[in-house]
Amino acid sequence: MTTPPPHPTEPPGWFDRPENVRRVIFGLFGACAFFVLLDVGFWLSGFDKHPHFRWEQWPGFYAVYGFVACVLLVLIAKHVLRPLVMRGEDYYDNDGKGGDEPHA
Amino acid sequence: MPEAVPPFVIYLIGAALVPLLSGRVRQVAALLVPVLGMANFFLIDAGTHWTVPLLDFELILGRADARSLLFLNIFTVLSFVGILYILRDNRPLDLAAGLLYSGCAMGVVMAGDLVTLFLFWEMLTLGATLCLLARRTAASAQAAYRYLLVHVMGGVLLLAGLALHLAGGGSLAFDRIDLEGPGALLIFLGFGVNCAWPLLGAWLTDTYPEASIGGVVFMATFTTKTAVYVLSRTFPGEPSLIWIGMAMATIPIFYAVIENDLRRVLAYSLINQVGFMVVGVGLGTPLSLNGTYAHAYCHILYKALLFMSIGSVIYRTGRSKATELGGLYRSMPWTCLFCCVGAASISAFPLFSGFVSKSMIMSAAAGEGHTLVWLALLFASAGVFHHAGIKIPFFAFFSHDSGIRCQEAPLNQLLAMAIVAFLCVFVGTFPDAFLYPMLPHAEATYVPYTVGHVADQLSLLLFSALAFTLLMRAGLYPAEIRSTNLDADWLYRKGGRLAYRVFDPLLNGLNRAAARLVVGRIVPAVSRFFAHGPARFAAAALTPAWRIAGLSDDEISRRRDQVYLRCERGAFPIGVTACLAVFLLALLFIVSTLNHRH
Repeated sequence: MTTPPPHPTEPPGWFDRPENVRRVIFGLFGACAFFVLLDVGFWLSGFDKHPHFRWEQWPGFYAVYGFVACVLLVLIAKHVLRPLVMRGEDYYDNDGKGGDEPHA
Repeated sequence: MPEAVPPFVIYLIGAALVPLLSGRVRQVAALLVPVLGMANFFLIDAGTHWTVPLLDFELILGRADARSLLFLNIFTVLSFVGILYILRDNRPLDLAAGLLYSGCAMGVVMAGDLVTLFLFWEMLTLGATLCLLARRTAASAQAAYRYLLVHVMGGVLLLAGLALHLAGGGSLAFDRIDLEGPGALLIFLGFGVNCAWPLLGAWLTDTYPEASIGGVVFMATFTTKTAVYVLSRTFPGEPSLIWIGMAMATIPIFYAVIENDLRRVLAYSLINQVGFMVVGVGLGTPLSLNGTYAHAYCHILYKALLFMSIGSVIYRTGRSKATELGGLYRSMPWTCLFCCVGAASISAFPLFSGFVSKSMIMSAAAGEGHTLVWLALLFASAGVFHHAGIKIPFFAFFSHDSGIRCQEAPLNQLLAMAIVAFLCVFVGTFPDAFLYPMLPHAEATYVPYTVGHVADQLSLLLFSALAFTLLMRAGLYPAEIRSTNLDADWLYRKGGRLAYRVFDPLLNGLNRAAARLVVGRIVPAVSRFFAHGPARFAAAALTPAWRIAGLSDDEISRRRDQVYLRCERGAFPIGVTACLAVFLLALLFIVSTLNHRH
C-alpha cells in the first residue's frame, strides 16, 4: 500500500484512485443494507419465500450466514490450517532438502 | 443423409493426422475436427448404436440417451473452444493431446458396457498426461509422471473391481451396481480416484497447476466430469456419496483461501464444485440428479472460462501466483471481464450459469430433509464466492499494481473466452432455452427465478463480499505467501520418497547380497569345479597306476601337476585324447550291448 506506483508517469487507473475504491465499497455497503431491509420487509409483510426450512424466513438469515461463514472460513484457514500445513515453496524439490520455512 | 459415426472415431483420427500436417493447414484441420464432431452430434439419434462383437461378448460403443447426450453436447462444445484457445501456438503435441483427450472422454460417456468404459477410461489418463507434458517444463514432466502413477493405480483398482464383480456373478452392463462385495467396492473406489474424492483426489490440485494453459482446460472438463457421469449411472442414490460430496464441497475451500498459485485455487474450487454434483448423485432423486447434470454442464463452462482467463495471464506474463500479479485490468481488460463472468458464474450470481444449477442440488438436499448437508452446501456456496469469485479476479486483475504492463490476450484466446462467457450468461439467464429441456428427468421441474431465491442468494453473496472487504481493510485477511500447503499428495510425494528410502536399501541390498553370493561365490566355485574336477578325477585315477608302475613320490606329484595344468588348459597330447575317445567309445559299446541283452 505504501510502495510508490511502479509507473509514476502514467495516470492512475480507475481502480487505483482512492475515491473510486471508496465508491465501490460504499456501493457494496449500500447494497448490503438494501437487501437486509428488503428481507425485513418480506418478514413484516409475511411474504412467502417458499422456504424449505423455517429459518430461511427469518430476516437477514442469508446475510448473517454468508458473513459469518466467510469470516470463519478465513480465520480457520489462517489460524488453524495454515500453521498445520504450510511449508516452504520448495518443500517437494531437491529430494526433501528444500527449506521448511515459507518466505514472504 | 449421412450416417453418424462414433464421436471418438472423428477425434482419434484427427489426433493422429493433425500432427502430421504443418502450418496453416494444421490449424484448419485441428479446428475442423470439433466442427465435424458437432455436425456428427446432431446426427446421433437416441438408442443403441455401433455394437462390435468381441469373442462371445458385444462392445457397445454408443448408448445415446438424455444423460449421455447432455455430456456429449458439452464435451463437444468444449473440445471446439479448447482447440480454438490453443490454436495460435499451433503445437502438434498440444493439439493432438486435446483431440485425443476429447475423443476418449466422449468414448466414456457413450459407452454402453463396462469393458468399453474401461478402455476409454484408461485412455483418458493418456490424454491428460500429454496435456501435462505439453507445458514442456521439468516440473510438468514430473507432475505428468505422478499423474500417470496415481491414475494407473486407479485403473488397477477399477480393473480388479470389474474382475471380482464379474466373477461374483455381476454383469458387464454399464448400469446401476449395488455397492455390495469387494468387486463393487473396488469399482466405486476406482471411480473415486478420477472423481477426486478426499484422500484419493490430491492428484488434481497437485498436477493441474503444472499443465499447459490449454491442457488444463481439457483436464478441468473431462476427467472429473466423466467420473461424475459414470457414478450417476452406476451408483445413484448411494448414501455414502452424500457425505463424500459434502467433504469435497467444504474442505478444499479452506485450502483455497491460503493458496497462492491462482490455478491451484481454481483446482480447489473445482473439487468444491464437483462435491455438489457428488451430493446430487448420492441423493439420487430426480431433482438432485437433474441438478448434478445441469451443474456439470454449467460448471464445465465457467471452470473452463476461469482457467482460460488465468491461462491468458500466464501466456502474457509468465506468472500465476497472487504474490506476483495484480493490477492487470489496465493491460488485459477483456480477459479481466471474461474472468469476472466466470467468477460470477461459479459464485451463482443470478443471471449467471451457476445460479440455475447449484440451487437444484441444494433444493433437493433440503427436500430430502438433509439439514446438515444443506447448511454445509450453503457454507460452501458462500466460501466459493469468497475464494474463487472474489480472490481470483481480485488478485490477478486488481489488488495492488504489480507494475506489469503487457498486451491483451491474443485474438483466438479472447474468442474462445467470449464464446464460453456468452454461454455462461445465456444459460444462466435463459435456462429453459436448452439446458433444462436436455435434463434426463423431465418430471422434476425447477424454477430458479423466484423473488425469494434471488433476494436470498444476493444477500448471501453480498455479505460474503462484505466479509472479504472488511477483513481485507482490517488487515485480517491472510497475506498471500509463497508456500507449499501439505495435502494428501504428501502421501505419494513424500511417501514415495519414504518408500524409496525403505526399498532402496532393502531391495538393492538384497540385490547386492545376491550378487555377492552368486557372482562372487557360486559362479567361481562352479567354474573351479568344472576346471579342476576332471583334473582331480584324472589324477586320482592315474595315481594308483603310477604307483603300480613304481614311480617315486616326487615324480608322481610332478605328473599330477602336469595333469592339472593340461586339464585347466584343455591341452592334452593327441595320443591321450585319442585313447580317451577310444575308451569312451568302448564304454558306450559295452553299455549298449548290455542294454540290448536285457
